[in-house]
Amino acid sequence: MYSNKVLDLGTPAPRSTSTVTVHIDGKPIDVPAGTSVMRAAMEAGVKIPKLCATDSLDAFGSCRLCLVEVDGRKGTPASCTTPCEPGMKVKTQSEQLRKLRRGVMELYISDHPLDCLTCPANGNCELQDMAGAVGLREVRYGYEGENHLVGQKDTSNPYFTFDATKCIVCSRCVRACDEIQGTFALTVQGRGFDSKITAGPTDFLSSECVSCGACVQACPTATLMEKSIADAGQPDRAVTTTCAYCGVGCSFRAELQGNEVVRMVPDKDGKANHGHSCVKGRFAWGYATHPDRVKAPMIRDRISDPWREVSWEEAFAFAANKVKGIQQRYGAGAVGGITSSRCTNEETYLVQKLVRGGFGNNNVDTCARVCHSPTGYGLKSTLGESAGTQDFDSVEHTDCIIVIGANPTDGHPVFGSRMKQRLREGCGLIVIDPRRIDLVKTPHVRADHHLQLRPGTNVAVMNSLAHVIVTEGLEAKGYIAERCEQDAYDKWKAFISDQKNSPETLEEHTGVPAAEIRAAARLFAKAPNGAIYYGLGVTEHAQGSTGVMTIANLAMLTGNIGRPGVGVNPLRGQNNVQGSCDMGSFPHELPGYRHVGDPSVRALFEAEWGVKIQPEPGLRIPNMFDAAIDGSFKALYVQGEDIAQSDPDTQHVQKALESLECLIVQDIFLNETAKYAHVIFPGSSFLEKDGTFTNAERRISMVRKVMPPLAGLADWEVTVRFAEALGFPMHYRHPREIMAEIARLTPTFTGVSYEKLDRLGSIQWPCNDAAPDGTPYMHEKEFVRGKGRFFLTEFLPTPERTSKRFPLLLTTGRILSQYNVGAQTRRTGNKIWHDADVLDIHPVDAEARGIRHGDHVSLQSRKGDTTLRAVVSDRMQPGVVYTTFHHPESGANVVTTDNSDWATNCPEYKVTAVQVTRVAVDKSDWQRRFDEFAQQQEQLAERAQEVKK
Amino acid sequence: MPGNALGVVGKGVFLLQPTPRNSAPEERMHPRPTAAAAATPEQLAAIDAAIARLQSLPGACLPILHAIQAALGFVPAEATARIAAALNLSRADVHGVLTYYHDFRSAPPGRHVLKVCRAEACQAVGSDALAAHVAARHGAAVGATSADGALTVEAIYCLGNCALGPSVQLDGRLCGRVDAARLDALLAAAKGADA
Repeated sequence: MYSNKVLDLGTPAPRSTSTVTVHIDGKPIDVPAGTSVMRAAMEAGVKIPKLCATDSLDAFGSCRLCLVEVDGRKGTPASCTTPCEPGMKVKTQSEQLRKLRRGVMELYISDHPLDCLTCPANGNCELQDMAGAVGLREVRYGYEGENHLVGQKDTSNPYFTFDATKCIVCSRCVRACDEIQGTFALTVQGRGFDSKITAGPTDFLSSECVSCGACVQACPTATLMEKSIADAGQPDRAVTTTCAYCGVGCSFRAELQGNEVVRMVPDKDGKANHGHSCVKGRFAWGYATHPDRVKAPMIRDRISDPWREVSWEEAFAFAANKVKGIQQRYGAGAVGGITSSRCTNEETYLVQKLVRGGFGNNNVDTCARVCHSPTGYGLKSTLGESAGTQDFDSVEHTDCIIVIGANPTDGHPVFGSRMKQRLREGCGLIVIDPRRIDLVKTPHVRADHHLQLRPGTNVAVMNSLAHVIVTEGLEAKGYIAERCEQDAYDKWKAFISDQKNSPETLEEHTGVPAAEIRAAARLFAKAPNGAIYYGLGVTEHAQGSTGVMTIANLAMLTGNIGRPGVGVNPLRGQNNVQGSCDMGSFPHELPGYRHVGDPSVRALFEAEWGVKIQPEPGLRIPNMFDAAIDGSFKALYVQGEDIAQSDPDTQHVQKALESLECLIVQDIFLNETAKYAHVIFPGSSFLEKDGTFTNAERRISMVRKVMPPLAGLADWEVTVRFAEALGFPMHYRHPREIMAEIARLTPTFTGVSYEKLDRLGSIQWPCNDAAPDGTPYMHEKEFVRGKGRFFLTEFLPTPERTSKRFPLLLTTGRILSQYNVGAQTRRTGNKIWHDADVLDIHPVDAEARGIRHGDHVSLQSRKGDTTLRAVVSDRMQPGVVYTTFHHPESGANVVTTDNSDWATNCPEYKVTAVQVTRVAVDKSDWQRRFDEFAQQQEQLAERAQEVKK
Repeated sequence: MPGNALGVVGKGVFLLQPTPRNSAPEERMHPRPTAAAAATPEQLAAIDAAIARLQSLPGACLPILHAIQAALGFVPAEATARIAAALNLSRADVHGVLTYYHDFRSAPPGRHVLKVCRAEACQAVGSDALAAHVAARHGAAVGATSADGALTVEAIYCLGNCALGPSVQLDGRLCGRVDAARLDALLAAAKGADA
């Protein structure tokens, strides 16, 4: 359960603006209309005993412990289900109530194991607390009657146990799974005395449960209990911090014993997650103390040499000498850096500062290059700011949602649950995806339209939606006239109205029936509030930036930007992709998306940093690889990104890394990239440092140190010391000083400070004099660029086409239990759900190739081949196969190509022409070479340990 | 997390048998997982037919369960996932409904089903003795099926025939004022018709 040190108000806050006054035990209190008597009392500081009520769930009224007396009314109503009425006088304590409550508790306790002292919930158990609160002293019924005291624990889930003997059948778990998570995996089996909570007809692991932890958090007893608490005992303190997984950026309470995390619990006050979590943030944090963590700096001259563990000083001196030597021999531009979207804003800021100031060039890029760079470009061009327009809460006001190229229930599960709540309230849903993702059809949610397009045809589908809206006169004429550039709109309108953009014409490319597109377009255009959510399925295409522009166009066309419930919402992949982009991680932009070519911007930073900044943009990541192979780029400083696994065309990346004379990797693990490195700076996990992350809704949240860095230095300190060794001293005593510098130099951040973050909990930028508390939704009265601009978005089919040799299209993605390259989640209990990447293939394609479920199959493209196991699945459409890239040995990116977005070079991960064949062997040649190299590098790392001993 | 990792696919699925109300407490508390026999293709076809026929009804779950039990005499384990998929419910949703009603069986009954009323009025006029007689004489305690597969005995709580208790229902037919002899005759007649 949630910590009993945090006040539970019993029922959720109503959405009401009018207030009523009630008297609780003589105390007057004003509450919003619709507030329960229980909540009003709790707010007034009067605690009412309760068991089945908790403030994250609607009132249920089953436990009968929260009974109260109301003046002028008969009986003793349950305070949780009784709304406050004006002038109501409530009595929470009386002899009658005491007797009733004791009677109820007696019944509960007569059928409860009395093993409190050895129970894992001891000290944090609502049943125990309530027995105390009602003054239970005896159980007149004895303990010998029929009971539920014998039974087996369900330990199948890796993170929590279910012990029915301790269950009071309050249904909080069932309701949490239904109302909050929306998975409906739990139920009450049987009835009456036989009632038992189950995960359907199976154990928890085989059930529909997605292990989000909502049930465990809701449980008032030890029935659903974290194994970590059963092992370690109850925490003695808690620190509020921010999850380091996806771009939802959930706020968590890290609960600790000393410096050891014993549990992560979502923070009820977290504005991104409102007390909800997913299996990754809630449970998969054990990687932080995994034995694989790198705990000391290491160096070597060649990648075939054994590693040598050295002091931090020696590592910094070694790296700085290498970099300076290379710059002398090959020029200042022969070195560069990559900032991490997993590190804090302060840390990414420092790396780009080090590159621009210490290396003296603009060769800095970030992994957003391979995910959301088209978002930056597309939204800046059309709307004027490189960020999503809304907060997550906005979805509560949406009437129709388009989800395109995103899979929120897997990729952004906590927001996915919010979205499902709204969908269950009747909000329309249009899913545009080549696969039948869960949102298309999942318990109690069904998409109105699934536009199951062929990979690579997003722009065609979006254009045809816009075509229908314009040609049928459904556009928001007044909004466009007032808020958008008329000339650009007129040109665009002529373009989009052309027959070539009609759904009938484009059907040949998209494979989506024109009638379905027309119906979807009408549904979206007619909704009072329409919102578009998208992900990497839009950006990671040859026309990625065009795709983002079609989204902005459609939102402006339907008048859906500038208020709650609408907007253009990029779902960011990693925890701090938004932040790393904001912090000037791109080769052409200084923090705040200001071009390096602008002398006035450069002057600002030059004055603060005391160095000269180059006016020409530097190299992007793919340019760095190409330059490394052609011999003009020789050293790379990589902060927390595993380019050898995550970037496309793996063999090309490997060749580039092998060509470097000095590769400096700063990471918490010896990842795939580290195998090619000459210097390892041990990184620090999010639990080991202070800083901030910025999530997909531009929300800046505090990351707080809960334990000391395992290797002694936080990532920001590493960059500071490395810069010093390069002769570019930085003087920061704490990350708050870095944020102060960012705020001084960045107009959208001028109001941001740690003091304000501590006070407000989190802040959505822009935060400045115009918006001192931040900006939940943008472009309210006008667009950041002034007038919104429609861009012509001609559909050009990707050059990646199927052929006789490669007749299928491969698209890639991720799944719920694993995260990105898997470096973290593979080192946790999450392995149980996904211990290997598999290839999803449609039954028709499988049958044609004689492939059965579980067979080894070879996946080949013009770039390379790899071997996976097949999963035959009708989620796919015929002609399209799918895999994930969570395991390095799977080699999904050995197959992906060098195609990329025309504007930003974001790779086209989502479309690769492939062939799939059944094979007898379990590994391709590349995979065998991979294994060999991995083994060799492991031995070299082990020898570092031996040398030390 | 269904359907993602191979490790979960094909894992044995055990059905917890809903236990009869009047079974011994320890039996009720330890529902032993019973490996449910896989449904035959004909049974699956009957399930799918019931779903296809009724799924457009509002609140179709119960009518479908009734139709399946009417067709097969019980609701095979496979029905849960199929109904859930068709009605866009979770498997747990369907499981909750299915187990709430004691009338739904998870295994095929004997050739004849005898429901003995165990409610207060019938208890007062000897339904306990009747149940004991059936167990001793016909080899099926309440909640069980006789070894020869001829008879399943179930408890029922009030048939609305209190004035004429003890009451039973044999293969859907209500009989009042039932004593041991009458019951033997009823069962003999029913079993005789089998031959």
